[in-house]
Amino acid sequence: MSIRDSLRAYVLENCLFTDDGSKLNDADSFLETGVLDSTGILEIILFVEESFGIEVADDEMEPTNLDSIDRLVVYVERKLAEK
Amino acid sequence: MCGIAGILDWRGTANLSFSPKLSQLKSMARALHHRGPDGQGFLQRPQLGLAHTRLSIIDLAGGHQPIFNEDGSVAVIFNGEIFNYLELREALQRQGHRFATQSDTEVIVHLYEEHGLDFVAHLNGQFAIALWDERAQKLMLIRDRVGIAPLFYRLGQAQGVPQLAFASEVKAIQAIWPEAARADVQALDQIMTCWSPVGARTLFEGVSSLEPGTMLIAERGADQTLTHRVQRYWDWTFPQAPDQYLTGADDELLAQLRSLLVDAVRIRLRADVPVGAYLSGGLDSSVLASVIRHDTDTPLRTFSIGFDSAAHDETRHQDEMVAFLGTHHSRITCSSHAVGAQFMDTVWHAETALLRTAPAPMKALSGLVREQGYKVVLTGEGADEVFGGYDLFKETKVRRFWSRQPASRRRPLLLQRLYPYLDQNPARAQNYLERFYGVGLDAPDAPLFSHLPRLDSTSKTRMFLAQARPDSEALSAIEALLPAQASQWSWLARAQYLESRLLMGNYLLSSQGDRMLMANSVEGRFPFLDHRVIDFASRLPERLKIKALNEKFALKQAMAAYLPPRTAARTKQPYRAPDAQAFIDSQTGQPHEWVAELMSPSRLNDTAYFNPRMGEMLLNKAVRAPDTLGTRDNQALVAMVSMQAWHHLFIDQKPAPASSGLSE
Repeated sequence: MSIRDSLRAYVLENCLFTDDGSKLNDADSFLETGVLDSTGILEIILFVEESFGIEVADDEMEPTNLDSIDRLVVYVERKLAEK
Repeated sequence: MCGIAGILDWRGTANLSFSPKLSQLKSMARALHHRGPDGQGFLQRPQLGLAHTRLSIIDLAGGHQPIFNEDGSVAVIFNGEIFNYLELREALQRQGHRFATQSDTEVIVHLYEEHGLDFVAHLNGQFAIALWDERAQKLMLIRDRVGIAPLFYRLGQAQGVPQLAFASEVKAIQAIWPEAARADVQALDQIMTCWSPVGARTLFEGVSSLEPGTMLIAERGADQTLTHRVQRYWDWTFPQAPDQYLTGADDELLAQLRSLLVDAVRIRLRADVPVGAYLSGGLDSSVLASVIRHDTDTPLRTFSIGFDSAAHDETRHQDEMVAFLGTHHSRITCSSHAVGAQFMDTVWHAETALLRTAPAPMKALSGLVREQGYKVVLTGEGADEVFGGYDLFKETKVRRFWSRQPASRRRPLLLQRLYPYLDQNPARAQNYLERFYGVGLDAPDAPLFSHLPRLDSTSKTRMFLAQARPDSEALSAIEALLPAQASQWSWLARAQYLESRLLMGNYLLSSQGDRMLMANSVEGRFPFLDHRVIDFASRLPERLKIKALNEKFALKQAMAAYLPPRTAARTKQPYRAPDAQAFIDSQTGQPHEWVAELMSPSRLNDTAYFNPRMGEMLLNKAVRAPDTLGTRDNQALVAMVSMQAWHHLFIDQKPAPASSGLSE
């Protein structure tokens, strides 16, 4: 599964609780659409760290890296390239 | 406390099925047995029936109800306590009233004769009263100022349905009501916005809660119809202008507060049975226990809950107070398994859907109290509302400070002082803080400003509803709670008012308070909610309420000598219990059988409150990671399981699944 597919599957199942892929637009901000609450951000970070074997540094815990599928894909790919 | 119930139908024998029969009154009393296992009493008139189940605490031999005035024209049944009954009795005797018993109940009928409905203003206590005036042909239902004693009613019009039925718990109304019960889905939407239905609404369609501080007066209308009105006799009130605050040096004000609190405790120890106290390890219950120890002759006997999970446990702080006070202490240790095993029974007693499992251990605690031979306990609820103790108040203060410079990067960082966990949480990033705590920052004087972040985060659970109501609906209902003069109160006063009318009245004192106490026939008494204390604290100068970010400053200062220094200084720990973990069998890692049954897609489909697929996926997520489930998901899961359980118990009227541990 691609990084994008895996992230989408996670968010659909664990944050939106739906099988309907059309409910998640990759560019949409999680914050603006209310997909996550403040504890939900922690869940996403845990998932990213465990699934892709990367470590999210404190100063990377910013909406610019984490707030949509598109941003997460860019961020994870960059972290994997740095490894 | 006790249980009260009754039926009023002016059609009398014309409405044969509801000229109240003894068998119907007995059915109502049976449903309230746990509230009053020590005796029952009934009153029958052609159009009226009253039922009382008694938990005997004062005048054990003579206090049977109903109780009458001298000529029998006024009758009362009553759940609660009148703590100043000795003083009232003495005054009434001087005015020529003759008393037939030693009970506190009897002062009600004589006071009513003397003052009419204004008699309520003389009562210091917690009460749900049904008062029948035979001459005036008038029934009055009265609930205490802040909502300690519950009282529900239902009005009917159809033939064969009573015109009015009331009871301490809805299950007693259900016992005689001929029409099938239905859920009020608007109430469910409100629960998933602010923890409880708002105002008089309940989860049972057509059943109202008599709001705290109000009375219902039912009289005969034209053609034997029933007319009723609900009127407010008391409310929380706060200064509207600078000259309405108490004046005087801080020392003097704090000394007055101290003597009021000591008196509030002293009169709440009046009983003909021994009185104990809850001791959570926090400031409020520690203050009460310490006052009992130092200012009264009552032997100190205390009770607490411990948890086998470190995240919930406060045992260490309890032990510190136990040693400091030298109290005889008993503790019950709760596990997530025990919380799960108690949960159906908790819903049976709470009669509503819940967002947290926290009431369940409170029920176990009252069980311990009863087992130890006690039926009365003092408890610390109310101090956070009355003295400004909640994080929500400090959060509002920071958000107001921030709203003056919305672009400031530093101001919102003060939130980290309130929520130390933010330090470890990515949510501390500016954009996240703005999203979660910056709600409504552009209108810091809006009526609901203080509660917007919490309402916003709680209402995220509504995504699981099969049909969500419009966002604005619950918010408008909440805003309507505020009296007109609230716009002239301080921001803190408005927040205190909302907190007392929302979370305290309809959840802390009911689902987590009275209902869990009475499940084991134990009466709670709440010194911080003595109306003299409330009125005094409300008029304290703002500088004594929350000083900088130091909450409950006046209480801490006034009672400092009663506590070990560390207790007053310690950060408040919110009381919580294991949520999702309670529904998962730790041995198998699977949901308990009864949870799986209630949450099965077919059941969710039948009840139609929630989206079945979303419910299934949420439960699966909880199974995968019960320990790391976030706030929204935990609250939504508890809401769904409790709502499904409520439907099973009250709509389908089926017994609880055997595996849930609910005793018949």
